[in-house]
Amino acid sequence: MTFLNSDSSPILSVHNLTKRFPVGSVFMTHHVHAVEDVSFSVNRRQVIALVGESGSGKTTTIRMIARLIPVTKGGIKFKSVDILKAEPHQASLNYRRMVQMIFQDPFASLNSVHNIEHHLARPLLIHKKMVDHDELEHRVLSLLELVELKPAQDIARRYPHQLSGGQRQRVAIARALAVDPELILADEPISMLDVSIRMGILNLIEKLKEELGIAFVYITHDLASARYIGDLIMVMHAGHMVEGGGSEEIIGGALHPYTQLLLSAVPDPHSGLRTRKDLQARGEVPSLIDPPPGCPFAARCPKVMDVCRQVMPGQSYVSQEHWVRCHLYGEGTSV
Amino acid sequence: MALLDVKNLQVEYLTARGPVKAVDGISFNINPGEVVGLAGESGSGKSTAAHAILRILRSPAIITGGQALFGERDILSMSDEELEQFRWQNIAIVFQSAMNSLNPVMRIRDQLLDVMQQKGFSKSQALHRARNLFNLVGIEASRLDSYPHELSGGMRQRTVIAISLALSPDMLIMDEPTTALDVVVQKDILEQIAVLREKLGFSILFITHDLSLLVEFSTRILIMYAGQIVEQAPAYELFKNPLHPYTVGLMNSFPSISGDKHRLTGIAGSPPDMIAPPSGCRFHPRCPKAMPVCSQKTPVMKTVSEDHTVACHLY
Repeated sequence: MTFLNSDSSPILSVHNLTKRFPVGSVFMTHHVHAVEDVSFSVNRRQVIALVGESGSGKTTTIRMIARLIPVTKGGIKFKSVDILKAEPHQASLNYRRMVQMIFQDPFASLNSVHNIEHHLARPLLIHKKMVDHDELEHRVLSLLELVELKPAQDIARRYPHQLSGGQRQRVAIARALAVDPELILADEPISMLDVSIRMGILNLIEKLKEELGIAFVYITHDLASARYIGDLIMVMHAGHMVEGGGSEEIIGGALHPYTQLLLSAVPDPHSGLRTRKDLQARGEVPSLIDPPPGCPFAARCPKVMDVCRQVMPGQSYVSQEHWVRCHLYGEGTSV
Repeated sequence: MALLDVKNLQVEYLTARGPVKAVDGISFNINPGEVVGLAGESGSGKSTAAHAILRILRSPAIITGGQALFGERDILSMSDEELEQFRWQNIAIVFQSAMNSLNPVMRIRDQLLDVMQQKGFSKSQALHRARNLFNLVGIEASRLDSYPHELSGGMRQRTVIAISLALSPDMLIMDEPTTALDVVVQKDILEQIAVLREKLGFSILFITHDLSLLVEFSTRILIMYAGQIVEQAPAYELFKNPLHPYTVGLMNSFPSISGDKHRLTGIAGSPPDMIAPPSGCRFHPRCPKAMPVCSQKTPVMKTVSEDHTVACHLY
């Protein structure tokens, strides 16, 4: 028996998480299979990058984890507690404190009629019952310093429209940090920002992970930023998780044809100018309304076999961390 | 001889807080068959410059100076009748959001035919050409009967490209044509454009904030910051040997999927307020190599090697 230190026991684990949205009329109900059987876990001081195209189910997955939308099937364990059983109808205030979100659009996630101090003081009032004025002010300023917004005194009095996109996203991060969260779900936090300030936000997330031990689920469609910040990369396609593992292993040794397709689409001047035609996968994400059985990538896959159109492949481990769901790599065990 | 020669182009936005010089005296040219990339952050003036070249700016933007020579003719002094003949036949534009540039209540076919019939095609000729264009951009001709909402984002963007090519223009302006699309679709469409360009021989002015994409796609790159062009060089030269600290910073803003992983810093600070841009070199407040002279004197464009020019006091 080995003793796991606190850094290596998962803070969050989800298993067989599934979300179906009903569409259609009373007489003909169809279901959008937005997320199917998604399982993964996150440790303290770890960043999981969830990568996929739009419509692959990344955002739906973390919205279920944040308990913003109900779960159709599956379980969420947070610090070893099955929270869907413990808090079946609504997440407790405590869960919402521990699990925070950062949204894509910092122009929409801050309230334009309130100044920055208000944005940061509110979670402190609600979650921490902090009422002492001096204490509040002190905490607000230290939060702004933590996210490297200087001069803090000045920023606290400003309104969102007086800040740049990058500064706003830092405020949104400070707001999430105000309540000492243990897990932060970041939904494409840099994709709306100017390119020159994106790295600053990613470096800040890295620092918060290292210094405060916070776990992150980082959603992106960009494999390069997933590699930059993610300890692990999980690739999603059409609601399914198709491959996962250490980020260098995924980037350097991708197995699933979809991951290979994504990699080939990343513009990358560092590898020299290439016009690559070896991967002929084409087309777009398939419709998710009552999808046919089998692997959803089958229609686009250059290596498709008969079995792919009949059965969804199970998970096969190729190394301790690296797994793939593809018929090319053994039988796998359906999970 | 250059196909398009832009000289000292200036565009201002007249705002309540005062005039904003969005494009402040930029000069560049585009040769036949060339793909020129114009890169910069939001607010750097790259779209404004492109819209000015086609004279499709809307109030409160006005062109306050400069020339845009297309052959012998200056686009900026054309009459409305001349412009009507000029646009689409000589230079066409593809906008970023294909959703907004197609009419939602018209079939795709009618939108394509509309353009061609305006220019004297008969209906059967136009329909024939529409089918050919759809083949060219990789959509089945049967899709011509669809409405825009029946097509995916990628197909809509292909449709817009087909429409832009309807009158065989000499040059395409592409304003972030793939930014709203997924990476896989983006790659598909860019490859398609490259093939079409080889086949049809038009030039492209390609506007984007994604420098890593430009290095792959374009032959020459212009870097724009706060309304001015700060560096220009052939794509590969710029990638191997960026000179302007802003270009270097941009290069350090894109993580890579190959090679060793190293820490990237991006660029400190944020883009300037264009109502009161910094004195001297506009990049100096964010520049890691700023010297006293940078806040006092505006650097002029210097040629450092053949084809490579930069506006920076370091050189």
